[in-house]
Amino acid sequence: MSDALLSTVSLRKSFGGVVAADGVSLEVVPGEIHAVIGPNGAGKTTLVNLLSGLLTPDAGDIVFDGRPVGRLSAAARVKRGLARSFQITSVLREFTAADNVALAIQARQGHSFKFWKPALEDLALRQPAATILAQVGLADRADIVAGNLAHGEQRQLEIAMVLATGPKMLLLDEPMAGMGIEESQRMVELLQDLKSQYTMLLIEHDMDAVFALADRITVLVYGREIATGAPADIRANAEVRDAYLGASETD
Amino acid sequence: MDVSLVVEQFLNGFQLGIILFLMAAGLTLVFGILDMVNLAHGSLYMIGAFYGATFAVWTDSFILGVVLMVPAMLVTGIVIERIALRTLYARDHLDQVLATFGLILFFNALTRIIWGPEGVVVPLPDFLNGSVDLAFGIVYPVFRITIIGVGLAVALGLWLLVSHTRIGMLIRAGASNRTMAGALGVNIPMLFTIVFGIGAVLAGLAGLIFAPIQTVFVGMGEDVLIIAFVVIVIGGIGSIRGAFIAAILAGLIDTMGRSFLDVLLLVFLSPNAAESAGPALSSMLIYILMAAILFFRPQGLFPPKGR
Amino acid sequence: MIAGINMKSATSWMTLGVLVMFAVMPFLAPALGEPFYVKVFARVMIWSIAAISLNLIMGYGGMISFGHAVFLGIGGYSIGIASTHGLDNAWIQWPLAIGVCAVVGLIFGFISLRTRGVYFIMITLALAQMIFFLSVSAEQYGSDDGLNIWQRSEFGVAWFDLENALTMYYVIFAFLVAALFAMWRIVNSRFGLVVRGSRSNDLRMQAVGFPTYRYRLTAFVIAGVMCGIAGILQANFEKFVSPDMMNWPVSGELIFMVVLGGMGTLIGPVVGALVFLLLSEILKDITEHWHIIFGPFLVLVVLFARGGVVGLLTTGVSRE
Repeated sequence: MSDALLSTVSLRKSFGGVVAADGVSLEVVPGEIHAVIGPNGAGKTTLVNLLSGLLTPDAGDIVFDGRPVGRLSAAARVKRGLARSFQITSVLREFTAADNVALAIQARQGHSFKFWKPALEDLALRQPAATILAQVGLADRADIVAGNLAHGEQRQLEIAMVLATGPKMLLLDEPMAGMGIEESQRMVELLQDLKSQYTMLLIEHDMDAVFALADRITVLVYGREIATGAPADIRANAEVRDAYLGASETD
Repeated sequence: MDVSLVVEQFLNGFQLGIILFLMAAGLTLVFGILDMVNLAHGSLYMIGAFYGATFAVWTDSFILGVVLMVPAMLVTGIVIERIALRTLYARDHLDQVLATFGLILFFNALTRIIWGPEGVVVPLPDFLNGSVDLAFGIVYPVFRITIIGVGLAVALGLWLLVSHTRIGMLIRAGASNRTMAGALGVNIPMLFTIVFGIGAVLAGLAGLIFAPIQTVFVGMGEDVLIIAFVVIVIGGIGSIRGAFIAAILAGLIDTMGRSFLDVLLLVFLSPNAAESAGPALSSMLIYILMAAILFFRPQGLFPPKGR
Repeated sequence: MIAGINMKSATSWMTLGVLVMFAVMPFLAPALGEPFYVKVFARVMIWSIAAISLNLIMGYGGMISFGHAVFLGIGGYSIGIASTHGLDNAWIQWPLAIGVCAVVGLIFGFISLRTRGVYFIMITLALAQMIFFLSVSAEQYGSDDGLNIWQRSEFGVAWFDLENALTMYYVIFAFLVAALFAMWRIVNSRFGLVVRGSRSNDLRMQAVGFPTYRYRLTAFVIAGVMCGIAGILQANFEKFVSPDMMNWPVSGELIFMVVLGGMGTLIGPVVGALVFLLLSEILKDITEHWHIIFGPFLVLVVLFARGGVVGLLTTGVSRE
């Protein structure tokens, strides 16, 4: 599949003696939701950190949109259209929801070496921010300080910030982490809505969500890719079952 | 320049390195285990020197001064930890810097009130007050050799403590992963107090053994403190081994630089320029070393693991 | 929006009040029979500018520099050294001093911003001490005795002479107002928001596409230059520079002024400098060992009043 939007080539990363990514090669084609699952410690978050540029691989490369990005900074990858969310909610807690999104929009409007004009009343930032907040269902929470939002709302805000960067592809690191059933359901609906516009790599522990959303699934165990395929194939795969039963962890 | 001068300055540098290590060892442990910036560590250096000097005068014996200083510092360190520092562990680094900065002001003022502004001179006993002929006509003061010997012995003892005892194991566990150590049922507050007490004694020892060379004065710990910070940053915070290597390195570079940099500069510069640039540049050498090391290894030579 | 509306109006009034007080002090203090306080307030304003500059990187940017006083020294020594060589023209002196501060800020920031947390604190401290020791060993410029400046900077305008005490006072005042205004614009600009965002969550800022390092570095340089201007003013006001003006306790005092007044607030550093200097004047009158009171006071502020004076006066508004 050379028409992949994102592909990794034998990606390797180790911390001390622990190998967190052991020659991972995967391909994400345009328009799909590609889920990556695996027991705790399988190296899923490491994979997202490598893809988004917060970690540098020891070996291997990452190709995004036809060009190698494995050595680019995190910020530069976002500029290319590869944006991520965080497993542990990572918003600017002292800023309002609207400010959070406005900042993400500011990032894509060229450099920010603009020292004089007030940015908080800048309509070029505020209007698109309002649109995106509405899209994720936070329109009426725009002026709440992010730290005071409910957990589920912070997760929605997290997605809004990703969308605000104007991405081609989303890297979602456990978007349902810590959510109740109802909140999870809302998030699944939101991601289903976004599916028509964005390619996604989804890391998730919530198997119901994974099987509801994913077109294809890759299973990682100890940094190694043990299977990739359609949800039905993965469900039937014996090796995958062993891995999960062996580790017996499902959060 | 002749060889004996080089050897002598090398030994002086090594001896400065030993003193820096005694300072840095306590500091890096407190840093590594407690994640605590303690500027008042310089005050412990000063207080130790004042204690030792006072005890030495009272008992008329330098050795007894050293011996009595140890329990006094242990108690002082523990008291300071219990009263003032314990509340700061959970605070951020800014709070710790500021509060311990306040403690420095307090201790300096207190010391000045108790001992007066002139400082104290520590008398050296006769048996330490001579020189020996090392070899090849190199004559070196007995006292400085003693410092090197005592320092190496303490370093060895500390290494044995950290790598071969139960408490050392706990200290290492604490330095690399505090939550883990806590989960293992270690009495963390007790461990902290012990570590702080050890650090206080080491700082006091450093202050005291340097005292006969420098005299004891208010604020004496501050320059040493900053160089000790440089040392632990170069060595990697929390690493005793890193602190030792970096301390010796800093001691040697500083001392050798002050002695020979102007001579070295003569190769590149005119005598006039070399004479004025020499002292200026040599006083900057260890900071340049630090900047260079951090540029390539932002976490120092032996970075902490697991954090 | 970020700070909250109530707090905004409360602090605006405070800002106005403080500035009016500075403006009338040359007339008020003699009228109250305390002409000495004109000098104290000139010093307060100079320290305020330095503290404002530190607040940009520390309060808004989360970069705890423990070596900020080095820029006071570099700004001051640039004037002192130029003056000893017979160069008194302000139009050359001042840009020169600012340029030196910018270059040093760029180099120090370049090195120190590669690190974080405790390492950053230590490195800024060590780099500043490096310059401190350089000044101590510079025999041709007075070593640790410092350097007298016989002639204040000359602007070549007859009616504008810094040797006139009142002119000097109002030049300092003008720079304070300019510094406050510039800071107000900067922290609310796009640039300022990036710096503040990076304090709040640097990884997040990178992950939405900001190469934060270069913004933080720019802030570091701006702060260095602004503090350098305080140094220029101090050198002119005191007609004296010495290594002590950039020794590490001064950096500690600057941090304390910012925290005492209220970190990340516009007027906080000015209030902090005011309280700090007035309190030390008062304590010095009581005892020569005034640090025995001041030290514990500092500890208590850290433990119980981290919001600073501005935080205390604007209670009800949550701040982080």
